[in-house]
Amino acid sequence: MDILSILAESTRSALGPIAAIYALAAVGLNFHFGYTGLLNFGQVGFMLVGAYGVGVSVAVFDLPLLVGFGVGLLCALVLALLLGVPTLRLRADYLAITTIAAAEVLRLVYRAGFAEPVTGGVYGLQNLASGFRTLNPFDGGTRYGVGALAYNGNHLWVLVVTWGLVALMVGLTWMLMHSPWGRVIKGIREDEDAVRSLGKNVFAYKMQALVLGGLIGAMAGCMLAVYQASIQPDQFKPQVTFFLWVILLLGGAGRVFGPVLGAMAFWFLMTFTDGLLKGFGSLGWLPFLSGPDYGAIQLAFVGLLLVVLIVFRPQGIIGDRKEMLINVK
Amino acid sequence: MRTRLVTVLLALITAILVIPGPAATADEQGGESLHGQILNPDDRDQGVEGIGITVFDGEDEIGAGETDSDGMWEVELPGPGTYRVVVDQESVPSEFVVREGIIVDGETEVEVEADDQRPLIIALERPGGSDDGSASPSEEESEDAGAAAGDDEAVAPAADSGGSFGERFVQLTAAGLLFGLVIAVSAIGLSLIFGTTKMINFAHGDMVTFGAMVALVFSTGAAGLGNSLLAIFAGLGVAVLLGGFLENRLSRPVLVIAQWTAIFGGIALATVLGVMGDAVGWSVPLWLAAAVAVLMGAVLGASMERYVWRPLRHRNVALIQMFIVSIGLALVLRHVILVLFGAGRSRYAGYQIQDPVQFGPVAMPPRDLVVMGVAVVVLVGVACLLQFTRIGKAMRAVSDNRDLAESSGIDVDRVTLYVWGLGGGLSALGGVLYGLNQIVEYEMGFRLLLMMFAAVILGGLGTAYGAMVGGLAVGLVAMLSTLWFPSQLMQAWALALMILMLLIRPQGLLGRRERVG
Repeated sequence: MDILSILAESTRSALGPIAAIYALAAVGLNFHFGYTGLLNFGQVGFMLVGAYGVGVSVAVFDLPLLVGFGVGLLCALVLALLLGVPTLRLRADYLAITTIAAAEVLRLVYRAGFAEPVTGGVYGLQNLASGFRTLNPFDGGTRYGVGALAYNGNHLWVLVVTWGLVALMVGLTWMLMHSPWGRVIKGIREDEDAVRSLGKNVFAYKMQALVLGGLIGAMAGCMLAVYQASIQPDQFKPQVTFFLWVILLLGGAGRVFGPVLGAMAFWFLMTFTDGLLKGFGSLGWLPFLSGPDYGAIQLAFVGLLLVVLIVFRPQGIIGDRKEMLINVK
Repeated sequence: MRTRLVTVLLALITAILVIPGPAATADEQGGESLHGQILNPDDRDQGVEGIGITVFDGEDEIGAGETDSDGMWEVELPGPGTYRVVVDQESVPSEFVVREGIIVDGETEVEVEADDQRPLIIALERPGGSDDGSASPSEEESEDAGAAAGDDEAVAPAADSGGSFGERFVQLTAAGLLFGLVIAVSAIGLSLIFGTTKMINFAHGDMVTFGAMVALVFSTGAAGLGNSLLAIFAGLGVAVLLGGFLENRLSRPVLVIAQWTAIFGGIALATVLGVMGDAVGWSVPLWLAAAVAVLMGAVLGASMERYVWRPLRHRNVALIQMFIVSIGLALVLRHVILVLFGAGRSRYAGYQIQDPVQFGPVAMPPRDLVVMGVAVVVLVGVACLLQFTRIGKAMRAVSDNRDLAESSGIDVDRVTLYVWGLGGGLSALGGVLYGLNQIVEYEMGFRLLLMMFAAVILGGLGTAYGAMVGGLAVGLVAMLSTLWFPSQLMQAWALALMILMLLIRPQGLLGRRERVG
């Protein structure tokens, strides 16, 4: 076991495309939970419709990639409206239940047998990235970077675009939150009734935040489809949402850079524990466990991290503890 | 402090830059490979084991792989290029053939780019193919039913394929009642816990899985693992009981020491039993195993309340934070179950093939009748408990208004402990009943959780009777929707019912109007 190469690999994944995609989706979740106080436990549903917007447009209907992005974002808009209309007038826990159920039902519908002509069923869709790769300014075959921190041209292109989108969305978050709109949004998180008594239409503001965060989540889904060049419905299991929650809480909810920092820290930890477990395994220190168990242990570790974070440091790395004392209203 | 941090970071960055690239690319993350999963066409949650896949570069064999028990395979490649992939037709089970399309005659060419871990889709199908229509309608129907059981864990009756609309309606109503009763038994705990603590327990589904798994272990033979679990839960149970009954009779240090002695005694005993392994193997019939599972589920629920939720409440952790903690606990519980019991799918032995009993138009295996009987008896029992006993009345009082109950002299913490114990036991029982109809696997509880949510919202969050009514309604709607719509959409219809309820009567059927603000 080589601890230095594990560390190097962890750093590589902390800066890599997957971390960027999760950071983007967590920026969306930050809009929901961090600023508006909406308990969205179904962010993966937005990612799913985004990814399938690209997938179905490109693979089934042979449309250009940009149209695919548009379709994905449109689907996310519709999903947000469908979720928001019945639940946003109610207490926060109803939204939590509805979103977690809706995301799982979406996955089941997309993988169902009758949807196979369009979504490819359990096998998903393939060959989605050619349109994106023709725009690639880097050479797909060569490796760029120094030492262990090297990515091949195609991955570097996804990485640059996704981190660029993250930067754009982080900038948007900063600007919105320093505008009158952002102050109303934060006011809703702190005390909904007070905002309502000032004559603001709380429902409309919540809906706008839900749509905006959902669109950013769908964007992350689109980039996931482009990065992998193929999508399967079972990638969009509810645990993706829980990863996003850990990322958000680890970085600091209600902070502009919280999701970015959280995504980097989270993927560093994930790759590090994976490397460590495999290293211990190859040294024979884990006699009771076999290869597939490592993944399960990692997920249990994610759950434990969620519990420990909430109990001992709800504000995450850079958050403000006072902002995290919100409650169900 | 800060300079030290910067130094460490700089050292780390230098180290990473100095490590030569190939060392990292030799790791799993870099490098090229082909991978995929071959699924059973009848039941797409199950893989097909033992299919050989060989990769050639021109005529040279590069590598070979074989699918594991989940149907997963992976072949490492030396570098980018075009490869020929050959599926070993001999190793494909005789009832299936490889679907033509991407793969022609078991062979295909793939182009792999640098650093690409490329998935390759190999699909199996029944001989005869999907497009030549030679499969008889009845066969397709039964395939549909099989797929439904795999995808949505429908409690689909085996005999719903034939018959007129009326017959299918009656048959599905019976199946819906059965499904609804199982949902109701599992969901009462969820609703009561919400009522007493205002918290949604996202880990409830995994408590259901726990019950099903434990019953499976004890009915098929408890060796090291089962005995160890039993010992740990006995220790926890003794500790919780000590806390519940002797809290005011013993001095605090004595109590704490006694509790921790019980817990550590349980763990020590578990270690000893685990080391002894199969030497103390035993097994009991399923009904006894179910009783053990219910007891252990109750201990699980009560100890979660005692050692997680009560301390959190006393720290004044906000409700939203509690939701997130319960999601974290659900993840921990689900994956600990996965590590302990494995990802395999199994059924309770001896209850699968039974001759159906005819009741007029309805045919049901005796197993389902027993499940329905047990569920009805338990539901009536719980209703009596809530309506007529002292502790039941206290539970309803706390559920109604926690502060008022506390100020009128009810020991709210103790009532909450009982509620968690009751909820845990009922969810474990629900797991056993669900497992009798379905396959026992580590994600079954999460799937049921969605139906439970629909049930409790439909009936009214926080009311035990609402969960019963809602469970029955959700079960019936889910089953009857398969009359007109694909069975994969069952859950979607249950959810649609829930959303409809939220639109027109958000407090649920039996809820009170003021609660939802």
